[in-house]
Order: sequence, then C-alpha cells, then structure tokens
Amino acid sequence: MITKLTVLALVALSGVALAAPQTFDFKDPKGINNAGFKLDAPLEAINGSASGISGTVTFDPENPGATKGKIIVATASLIVPNPMQNKHMLSDKWLDAAKFPEISFESKEFKNVQTTGDTTTADATGTFTLKGVSKELTVPVKLNYLRDKLGDRVPNQKGDLLVIRASFSIKRNDFNIMPGQYEDKVSNTIELTLSIAGASPK
Amino acid sequence: MKRVLRLLAAVLVVGAIAFWAATGADRGWTKTRVPKKVVDEVTGLVGIQWQHKFVPGVDFLGAALLGAGVLAGVSIFVPAKPK
Repeated sequence: MITKLTVLALVALSGVALAAPQTFDFKDPKGINNAGFKLDAPLEAINGSASGISGTVTFDPENPGATKGKIIVATASLIVPNPMQNKHMLSDKWLDAAKFPEISFESKEFKNVQTTGDTTTADATGTFTLKGVSKELTVPVKLNYLRDKLGDRVPNQKGDLLVIRASFSIKRNDFNIMPGQYEDKVSNTIELTLSIAGASPK
Repeated sequence: MKRVLRLLAAVLVVGAIAFWAATGADRGWTKTRVPKKVVDEVTGLVGIQWQHKFVPGVDFLGAALLGAGVLAGVSIFVPAKPK
C-alpha cells in the first residue's frame, strides 16, 4: 500500500514538474534573433534590424495564456545600411542611444489565446518603452514551443526552445522621436517585426 | 590646364556612372553594409547578418556629377594656353 502511494505521489509530482512554467532566456548564442524595423521615405524605405536582444519569458506549455516576460533590444545594436542615416538614427536628435540604451516590451497579459499543438497565437498586452517613453500596446504574437530542440541548436545542451514572432507598428511621434518633424522625409509610422528564439535548458 | 580639367571632369562622370552601374545601379542611398538573410534550420527563424560592402547610390552619382560640374566650371575661368 505504501509503495503504491509512493508511486502515485511520484507520478503526481512529475506531472506537476512537467506542467510547471519554464523560463526562456532570449540571449541568442547563434545571433539569429533580430528585431526588424521599416520606415517609409521618399527615395527608399529605411530598412534596418537590431541584434542586441535579451530578456526572459515565462511560458507554461500547459497554459500558454499565462505567458509573461520582457524582451529588451539594445538601442546601439540598431543598424541601417547607410552610414550617415545610422549615425543620425542613434544620435540625441533621434533615438539618443547614449541616454536611452534599451528598447523594451514587457508583456503582462495574453488575450484571444488560440493553441493548436505547440503553436499559440495571442494578443499580448504590455508596456512598450522607447526613448524613455512607455506606452501600453497590444501586439499580435505567435509562439512555437519546440520541446527538446535546444540540443539541435546548441550542442551539448538539453532543453526546450520557444520561438516568438510578432509584427506591429508604432508612431514615432508617440515616443518623442522628432515629433511632427521631417514627416515628408521619414514616415511617422515605424513597422516592427520580432523574430526570436529563447532557450530553457534542463 | 583647361583641357586637363575638362578631361578630368569627363573621366569623373564616366568613371562614376560605370562604377555605379557595375555595382548594381542602386537607385537608393549609398550603403556601406548590406543585409544577408540566414535561416536557422531548427527554429525556422530568418536572421539578418550585416556584411560590409560598398554599394554606391544616387547620392554617390550626384556627388560625382557635382564634382565634375565644378571641374568643368573652373575650367571656364582658366585662361586658354596662348598659341
């Protein structure tokens, strides 16, 4: 009887352990994680990306709707192809990378959660902070939970991966980036994409 | 001197157009970096790797034409060689 109870307790405990939320670290050793941005401009759209991504997300495969976390992009890692535009973008007039070294999104709540297999789509509501200005945003996100796939990506490591994709847009006026200025040269709308994978080693 | 300046202007125009055309005739701004897409096979994510590469744009072409114009303009004020 005692043995049966012990076995039952162990099974229950393992079930709890499996269902426990996991923390995924989004610092990517492979350098694939990126945030893209696009602004329309008369001669040519300004297309760039940022690779300095970090942050953690807590994800429970049994309850994806409870996902929370914060993703940070290092402002200085933003790159555009033209060197003069790059210099202007990071200068105190535009993003002021020296004073505001981080751009972040902290997700507080998932709504409209739909899960099929290991794929979840939802509207993530949270705080987006850019150039020291924080605003609440709702961002459509897609999450792919890749169980036991960490070893395929990072040799000699066991664990899971969480892939997050998101596309949304913001207005630079809302974040004090040259508000109301040069809108004939650089659009007010900034289209953003996020393509990131986080690791949860076991 | 007049002839040399005009020749230099012509060489600058032809050279700049030839270089611009040979490097892809990019009708955007000059670039010193170009993005290269890298696909991560495990996650399916598409990463961006920036490679250093000089791609002249229309501003490069404009600067070359302006330079040639200045050379040609200066040549007008250079006195012709007495015969």
